[in-house]
Amino acid sequence: MSLIELHNIKKSYKLDGFDLRILKGINLSIEKGEFVAIMGPSGSGKSTLMNILGCLDTPSSGNYILDGQNIEKLSPDELAHIRNQKIGFVFQGFNLLPRTTAIENVELPMVYASVKEEIRKNKAKDALEKVGLKSRMYHLPNQLSGGQQQRVAIARAIVNEAPLIFADEPTGNLDTKMSIEIMKLFTELNKEMGRTIILVTHEEDIAAYADRIIKIVDGEINSDIKNPQIK
Amino acid sequence: MIDAKTTFSIALRAIKANKSRSVLTSLGIIIGVAAVIIMLAIGNGAQLSIQEDMKTMGSNILTVRSGTSTSGGQRMGHGTQPSMKAADGDAIQERIKEIYLAAPLLNDTAQLVHGNANWSTSVTGTDNRYFQIKEWNLAYGRFFSVTDLKNAAKVVILGSTVVGELFGDMDPLGKTIRIKGIPFTVIGVLETRGLSSNGSDQDDIVYIPLSTAQKKVIGIAFPDMVKSITLQAVDAKSTYTAEAKIRTLLRQRHNLGNHKEDDFVIRNLTQMMEMRENSSKVLTILLGSIASISLLVGGIGIMNIMLVSVTERTREIGIRMAIGAKSWDIRLQFLTEALVLSLIGGFIGVVCGLSGVWLVSHFSSFKAVVSLNYIILPFSFSGMVGLFFGFYPAYKASLLNPITALRYE
Repeated sequence: MSLIELHNIKKSYKLDGFDLRILKGINLSIEKGEFVAIMGPSGSGKSTLMNILGCLDTPSSGNYILDGQNIEKLSPDELAHIRNQKIGFVFQGFNLLPRTTAIENVELPMVYASVKEEIRKNKAKDALEKVGLKSRMYHLPNQLSGGQQQRVAIARAIVNEAPLIFADEPTGNLDTKMSIEIMKLFTELNKEMGRTIILVTHEEDIAAYADRIIKIVDGEINSDIKNPQIK
Repeated sequence: MIDAKTTFSIALRAIKANKSRSVLTSLGIIIGVAAVIIMLAIGNGAQLSIQEDMKTMGSNILTVRSGTSTSGGQRMGHGTQPSMKAADGDAIQERIKEIYLAAPLLNDTAQLVHGNANWSTSVTGTDNRYFQIKEWNLAYGRFFSVTDLKNAAKVVILGSTVVGELFGDMDPLGKTIRIKGIPFTVIGVLETRGLSSNGSDQDDIVYIPLSTAQKKVIGIAFPDMVKSITLQAVDAKSTYTAEAKIRTLLRQRHNLGNHKEDDFVIRNLTQMMEMRENSSKVLTILLGSIASISLLVGGIGIMNIMLVSVTERTREIGIRMAIGAKSWDIRLQFLTEALVLSLIGGFIGVVCGLSGVWLVSHFSSFKAVVSLNYIILPFSFSGMVGLFFGFYPAYKASLLNPITALRYE
């Protein structure tokens, strides 16, 4: 069974009495271990799709099955639990907690999963080691470079052993050299640790790291192809 | 659910991150708690001093004094028209069942001489019932004997202040002092009572047998005259019922017709004390509640700052929610922060309050006494204020939508 299955997902907002249809029936399935890039111009519904896939939002209609579980009708708290257990987020703006050390930031998903402090610390250390930041464990976000902050965010996304990693423009705030480093890290997570990665981007050369590229235009899937030349 | 330790460390970090703001926020609570403690201590002190007064005064006391006289249209004060007899007291004690003891008093100011020392003080003629009513024991020596009282013996019992003034460190027992030139033998010294609530020295006094006072020291207008009678009722309630009965009895004994005014005045000291105690209780409650209002205002300050903090940290809330914080986790986080803030304020308030109480009791005429209850009460009240006023901001935070919260700049 696929990790993600979307059946005719629609999303619309009421705006001044008009129905604003953002997603017009998306059908999509993503297997475990895939590295997928979702591309699309702004206003295409790419962000809305990402929010629904990331369990931050629910569709107006349609079915979403994540890891065998129907999630389109769940309450906000139940969605929070799914996000905590199944999804790791990496954002464009890093979104680390300020005034909080790298290791404590990495511990955060486990805090909300009620993992014991000792286990939390060890797992967080391991995750930071994997992203190559063990020596910066006790640094605060503002003492780290953009690339390092993003690596802390990646450590936070993988620490809870979530099968799915969601990266929303993860290199948007980084220069080319840092971007390459970060994308290599994603490739590694995908190839060596078998994590499923969904990458949202508008940059062709970033999308090129993925095995599969889905293009969204005007609320519909425009193309869904295997990447012919993976970086 | 996240564990308590982590919850507290998150709250403490947020409080530390904005030190000066946290201090200013808890200032309201600090002042409130300190004010409540100081006010309650002052009220408590007032009540305690009244209770002490009641102890030295004796319990369930009534006094009857001679009435007022009118001379040439001028009305004189109480006791100016001599009307009371010692026999009136005996009759009251015998015939009114609510009254347990009646002690006659006849007093005047006189000069006392011993050797080179001399001292002016109040000389009071009475009998042993008076000491019984006042629950006043001897430091040493003896009370009046039956023969002393019957034969108008020239014996005297001294208050400790008088002993000091006339004898210094000498043992006064058996020595002779002169009162208005008449020699008296010292037979006893009373225990020290200290100052009364109105500041007069209760030990600056000497007692002689009533008969001696009447016949040899203080002039009297008619046989068996006294200035006042101190009565002790069997219990506090009886002081009220006894009052009317005493009035009827005395009017009868003094042959007062229907249209004549009383020639005596009855004072219910127990009633007066109870009124004083009640009014000081009311005062305590009043002071306490006014101070509590400042605590409440402090709570509103906390709510205000917590609301600002929730808005400022919208993004943080968004991150936490995206990562898996449930609404209750967010609520608990901000509630704990408000609680910790107000409890820290409460603790500092207790310290400030206790120092305030110390200052008040050392440098002002107010007596301020702290009791444990009056510390626990405002401290726990500050905690409740924190929870109450922290709830709304915490609730508001938990309602945020993670998508909009994450986009918040």
